[in-house]
Amino acid sequence: MAYVFIDGVLKGTVKSPESFVSKLIDQRRSGKVSKNLNIQYRENENIVQIQLDKNRLRRPLIIVKNGKSLLTENHLKQLKENKITWSDLIKNGLVEELDALEEESAIITMYEKDLKNKHTHLEIDPLIIFGMNTSMIPFAGFNQSTRLLRGQKNHKQGAGLYTLNYLNRLDTNVNILHYTQKPLVKTFTHDLYGDSVAGGQNVVIAILNHEGFNMSDGVVVNRASIDRGLARVSHYRPYSAERLRYSGGQLDEIKVPDKEVQGYSIEADYKHLDTDGLISPETHVTGGEVLVGKTSPPRFLSRQLETFSTAANITKDTSIKVKYAERGTVSKVLLTESKDGNPLVNIEVRDTRPIGIGDKVSSRHGQKGVIGYIEEPQNMPFSSSGTVPDILFSPFGMRRMTVSQLIESIGGKVGALNGRLIDGTPFSGEDSRDLRKELEDLGFLENGTETLYDGRTGKAYEAKIFVGNIFYLRLKHQVADKIQSRARGRVQLLTRQPTAGKAMEGGLRFGDMEKDTLIAHGSSLLLKERFSSDREIVSIGDRSGDIAEYDGYTDKFVSVVDPKETISKVEMAYGFKLLLEQLKSLGINPKLNLKDKFNQRKKQ
Amino acid sequence: MLMFQNQIREEYYENRMAQNLNWIRKKLPEGIKFKDEKLAKERYSKIQLDPGEAIGVISAQSVGEPGTQMTMRSFHFAGVAELNVTLGLPRIIEVLDARKIPSTPTMHIFLKSPYNKDKNKADKIAQQIKQTVLEDVTNQYSVDLARGEINILFDKDELKRRSLNLNKVYEQLSDQIKSADLKKKTASISIILKDKDIKKLYKLKEKLRNIIISGVSGITDVLAYKNETDEFIIQTFGSNLRDVAEIKEVDFARTKTNNFYEIESVLGIEAVREAVLREVMHILDQEGMTVDERHISLISDLMTRDGRIKGITRHGITKEKESVLARAAFEIPLTHLVDAAVSGEKDNLVSIVENVMINQPVPIGTGLPELFVKMDGVKPKPSKTTKKKAKK
Repeated sequence: MAYVFIDGVLKGTVKSPESFVSKLIDQRRSGKVSKNLNIQYRENENIVQIQLDKNRLRRPLIIVKNGKSLLTENHLKQLKENKITWSDLIKNGLVEELDALEEESAIITMYEKDLKNKHTHLEIDPLIIFGMNTSMIPFAGFNQSTRLLRGQKNHKQGAGLYTLNYLNRLDTNVNILHYTQKPLVKTFTHDLYGDSVAGGQNVVIAILNHEGFNMSDGVVVNRASIDRGLARVSHYRPYSAERLRYSGGQLDEIKVPDKEVQGYSIEADYKHLDTDGLISPETHVTGGEVLVGKTSPPRFLSRQLETFSTAANITKDTSIKVKYAERGTVSKVLLTESKDGNPLVNIEVRDTRPIGIGDKVSSRHGQKGVIGYIEEPQNMPFSSSGTVPDILFSPFGMRRMTVSQLIESIGGKVGALNGRLIDGTPFSGEDSRDLRKELEDLGFLENGTETLYDGRTGKAYEAKIFVGNIFYLRLKHQVADKIQSRARGRVQLLTRQPTAGKAMEGGLRFGDMEKDTLIAHGSSLLLKERFSSDREIVSIGDRSGDIAEYDGYTDKFVSVVDPKETISKVEMAYGFKLLLEQLKSLGINPKLNLKDKFNQRKKQ
Repeated sequence: MLMFQNQIREEYYENRMAQNLNWIRKKLPEGIKFKDEKLAKERYSKIQLDPGEAIGVISAQSVGEPGTQMTMRSFHFAGVAELNVTLGLPRIIEVLDARKIPSTPTMHIFLKSPYNKDKNKADKIAQQIKQTVLEDVTNQYSVDLARGEINILFDKDELKRRSLNLNKVYEQLSDQIKSADLKKKTASISIILKDKDIKKLYKLKEKLRNIIISGVSGITDVLAYKNETDEFIIQTFGSNLRDVAEIKEVDFARTKTNNFYEIESVLGIEAVREAVLREVMHILDQEGMTVDERHISLISDLMTRDGRIKGITRHGITKEKESVLARAAFEIPLTHLVDAAVSGEKDNLVSIVENVMINQPVPIGTGLPELFVKMDGVKPKPSKTTKKKAKK
């Protein structure tokens, strides 16, 4: 006797669990019970578990009976001729889906030729062990697993055509690749998803050093390729302004702000605004310029009372500005209503970004790199047929043993020359030996190498260079989003330390460990100079050691303790002055004992 | 008194000097003998540092750099068979923090000549060292409430394995239990309490379990292994340097422990200085890191400077810093500032951290030398000013 659980709830008992389970499975296959039912008998606990709930991951498997697959050649033929479909296979009990529970009791074999009596199921294809992204890596079976993980990660970051209706959507930080292509070397997954996964372009790639510009995962790109639109991306960024209502019937106003408004930027920033306070489409804008002019009423009620008393205009400028250091063209101005019924303006700024130095590119095999140099086309190497590679990839990248990239390269070459798409499905794709043979028949060396000539000298390289076609992705990490520098700029109000981060136009921190390096080097004055940008001159009483106060009548600093006390000006870091003042708030009164630096005996 | 102290200090420096010369002797290129006094001095002056060299920061960086690499590797445990000893970064942290008890206290006990060549003899001594409590060798306790008697039945095989017999156990028990009479039988010992109090009887029974009948207390496991020179060494789990020293087969001069507080109490602080140095060097060596010995010797000097072991923590050497600001800059600033305010401390702003804080040149490297100008008509009073400066 065994207990029966349905969706984890005890429902009853059965006398002979094994026959009960096999009977139920038979009924499921014949369609008498739901196809979503999964069942397992656990011998150790002596329970039967039936699962019918939602959101279980299930994998399809071909059913095997008496060591023979139920799915025959006949079925496959019918499938090819579109006479039957996938759901027919499931309906007829040829294929079933197992969840994590029932999978445990199944004995599955990978290939049909290995089938024995004990097997209950047959795998559809070995490709099924990969996820969606990993299965898009051609010839993945030749690689180390870590390379596949990196490869699929890069897939996810690739700029492409993420959706077809992107013109009707407002998504943050979107990159749309111009001229997306089908990969020359595809896998079965590409067939499944059709063109919707296009996310890169086929480029001619030579594995060759170029003046050290492609060392350590650098990449050298041909300028002519970029001019022709290689990996060009449109970057879209939405901005929105909502006309909010506040308590007391006050409203935001969308208009060109008056100059008296608090927080008014310079006039030039508002130059693109029309009389309605909105920018018009196809206007070119740069960072800091206003897209929507908006003013808000004061935030606090007490401020409002001031309004009545002084009659000054204290509405705030809350205009929407283009993000710092960004630029683009206004592509859309959308007037609509927000969820709460407030008027809402959505503006999309588009920016065409050709690929450039510092942008990240990757092949599908985890071989990511950053563009280190853009070479003039006349200086690029060329082959006897006049082919000039788009990208020069460093041979040191091959230490990562991404054999699949080399095979894709050969496959791509064959595909480009023969005008067909190569099937690079892992484990079951075309044989690389056949591809090499085909390449040889086309008049090339079977190992994919060619004699290349240096564009600068016209001399042939001594070694034969590996040239082929590879599908390349442009990843979403772009210099335009990240580049930043500053010499001077904003500081925080309290500490007078520079702000942090690109959005705040911040500085780069010279931190504790960096400070230690200067100490270790013994460069004491350089260290002082590095930290002395915020020095402050503080007046200190000579005897009391307290900070003196400024007296407006006499225009002098006077000690609080003793008016007759002499005062000295002391230079210190502003941070230290702040520390002294914060110590006072703690109930500690720090005092400074002064001593003349040059004449030790003068004061005391 | 002062004279005496100076004498000790001088002796100490001479010792250190001799050590350093020894060290040079090892590093001398082949064919050059140490007898060349001139060369030796030249070499010695070469390894001396310039005034104002930031040795502390350089040491910290030199140890810190391999430390960051060690976190990435996972080889942190090693040992013979089942005796796992903490190694790697966790152990270095433990040493530098000067924890009272190491997470895996262990000893390497060297043996004297006849015992260290034979496996059986070494094993025998190992069993002798291993702490045996009564519970380890008993099969069964039976308590007779009516007679106030506890009957202990012994495991004969276990006794034999630990080279014990009933007589020895009986002797040990009668030494340690005063409140009861003991009676020896063929395979058991019965203990009869003098006053028949049930509570006391149960207390005694609990106490009996942990009575040590042989071995060194604290050493819970032993293992004799052969080292590279075909010598048998006993590695232990648990450490008790003082008691191991009393075993006559043990070659105490070479015996090691990783419990520095034990070393301090048995051998003194200088031994700890050497032990810390060797331990850290050993760990770094095992991880394949090469750090110059002098960086670590600076750390171990600092840890043992005033005769007690102090860790590189806020309770240890950082607490001893003179400057309030420097202490506050390193962990729990508020506590340090408040404590300093309560006792009215003065900060003379003579060290590095403080001068970085107030943005003044730090007195190290190029910031150390000062320029003194002799002015006409002004008599220099160097002694007075330096005294005042020191006071401030």
